[in-house]
Amino acid sequence: MTGTTLERDRRRVSSPPPSVAFEPRRRGMRIPPPIVLALVLVPFLVEAVGVFWPAFQGVALSFLHWNGIGPARNVGVQNFVDLFSDPIFITALKNTAIWIVLFGGISFLAGLGVAMLFQSERRGVGIYRTALFLPIVFSLVVTALIWGTFFQPNGVLNNALDAVGLHSWTRVWLGDSNTALYVVIVAALWREIGYVMVLFIAGLKALDPSVQEAARVDGATTWQRFWHVTFPQMRSVNLVVLSVLIIDSLRSFDIVWAMTKGGPYHSTELLSTYMFSTAFETHALGYASAIAVVIFILAIAVIVSYLVRALSEEKES
Amino acid sequence: MTIAPATTARVAPLKLSSRRRGRRRIAATVGFHTTGIIISLAWFAPILVVLVTSFRTFDDVTANGIASLPHTFTLQTYVQAWNQGGLFQALVNSMIVTIPTVIISLVLSAAAAFGLSRYRVPFRRTILLIMLAGNLLPVQMLLIPIARITQQANIFDTLGALIAVQVAFGIGFYTFVLYGFMRTIPTELQEAATLDGAGTVRIFLQVILPLARPAIAALGALSFTWIFNDLLWSITLLQTSEKLPITAAVLSLQGQYVSSWSVIAAATVVAAIPSTIVFLVFQRSFIGGLALGSVK
Repeated sequence: MTGTTLERDRRRVSSPPPSVAFEPRRRGMRIPPPIVLALVLVPFLVEAVGVFWPAFQGVALSFLHWNGIGPARNVGVQNFVDLFSDPIFITALKNTAIWIVLFGGISFLAGLGVAMLFQSERRGVGIYRTALFLPIVFSLVVTALIWGTFFQPNGVLNNALDAVGLHSWTRVWLGDSNTALYVVIVAALWREIGYVMVLFIAGLKALDPSVQEAARVDGATTWQRFWHVTFPQMRSVNLVVLSVLIIDSLRSFDIVWAMTKGGPYHSTELLSTYMFSTAFETHALGYASAIAVVIFILAIAVIVSYLVRALSEEKES
Repeated sequence: MTIAPATTARVAPLKLSSRRRGRRRIAATVGFHTTGIIISLAWFAPILVVLVTSFRTFDDVTANGIASLPHTFTLQTYVQAWNQGGLFQALVNSMIVTIPTVIISLVLSAAAAFGLSRYRVPFRRTILLIMLAGNLLPVQMLLIPIARITQQANIFDTLGALIAVQVAFGIGFYTFVLYGFMRTIPTELQEAATLDGAGTVRIFLQVILPLARPAIAALGALSFTWIFNDLLWSITLLQTSEKLPITAAVLSLQGQYVSSWSVIAAATVVAAIPSTIVFLVFQRSFIGGLALGSVK
């Protein structure tokens, strides 16, 4: 990510010795003419009007009781109090937690695994990598439809189970509240693992190879080299991947909406889908805003740690 | 697992006989490719099933099941999805939204990144982080307020609203990435241009922008697929089904053709083609961009 790729570019571009590089940079950063302020302010205002202002409104809405048509009523924190006695909200919260652990955890481990496997440039590796990250370009709806052919009642999986005499194992995968969530996670993983692999490969490429070499000379085994040398060196990449996965998990919506709409019986309901159906099907706008605020609060720790990293990286250079 | 066994053997102080070393290397290579092929097949298989299904007739799928080898070949599925399914209109809608969104948001973010990275703009670090923070906000926070604002502004249920929202939401991230890239461009170039009498706008357009082209290409390819693939904003802001972009249109098609998988498969293939083309054409920048773009 930014830390790795950009930093490499930076080193390459600004190669003159530091004493020389430092001086002109200071002088080069001139006081901005008015046109520059305009170049910065216009995009900033576009984002302010299109993102920050609505975000504040979203928080304000969460304290209202409002169906979008009649008069709104201020109810204070009642929406938030109600959430925690709402069994569907609790289910959505639980499913979101399962989603973070399974989707996030498996993406992380599998992505790291295939990155280690396919990191070195050798014959054939390009094809394998392409196979893994091709799904990234498909929309989550396309992904959902692709996997739908697998998990439909007459889909590939049930046909295959029948063919090998395991008829008793067949089921309506997406219609069964015991399996639906895991089926959706499988589809989501198919699309995410290649992405995580790309992030890890970029991170691995930025590591100092001489450390590896030293461990090798000292007779460390492949596993020892990974566990005691490579993995600790990858701390910052790991943190980036983890924050990406958590933010992605909290935002996950499309794939669930396309496969199950949160059903059957809310068994695949995530906070994001529950928020959407509460807002645009039930029209409980205040209540839905409260769910959105909960999603925001859950994301905040990750966002802040991400920004702190971005800031420190910024200062270093 | 099988990281460069050849070099291991060369450097390792273990005294293996050369024949054993050779055999180990062959075993490792075979193991590597077997694993690679199995993983690739597993990843390609679902795509292949959909591709094959899209060319089969309804009767063939019903009679032989979806997992069987094809007994028929037809293009009727595509004709049906294209005409009755309204996919043509949906693709046009997607392009009307995606292309302007990508261009406008990259122009705006390049301008902001230029100002922030090349001049001592007051509070530039704060501005940059605030902009990035906006992109990290969960979209759910914005759905209801933006639906309301677009209703009040009388642009609800228009493609223009979709463009405006996507531009506003994307800018922060693109600015952050382009800022990181632009500050690596040596100041000497800018100084030389200034001495030659170039003004701010000319420096931006003729010096900095051309040098930032790799980053802009990467972001362009990435954002094309992000916006083209979006579902949530379209179903929030659009109501008329003729206005839906392809991602949302394909999903509603699934409801109409619930048992006719070959038509849905054909529609799925059509929906996947544009972003696949962008990916194949810009493959290198695309992957580079993903590594930059890990916020998304």
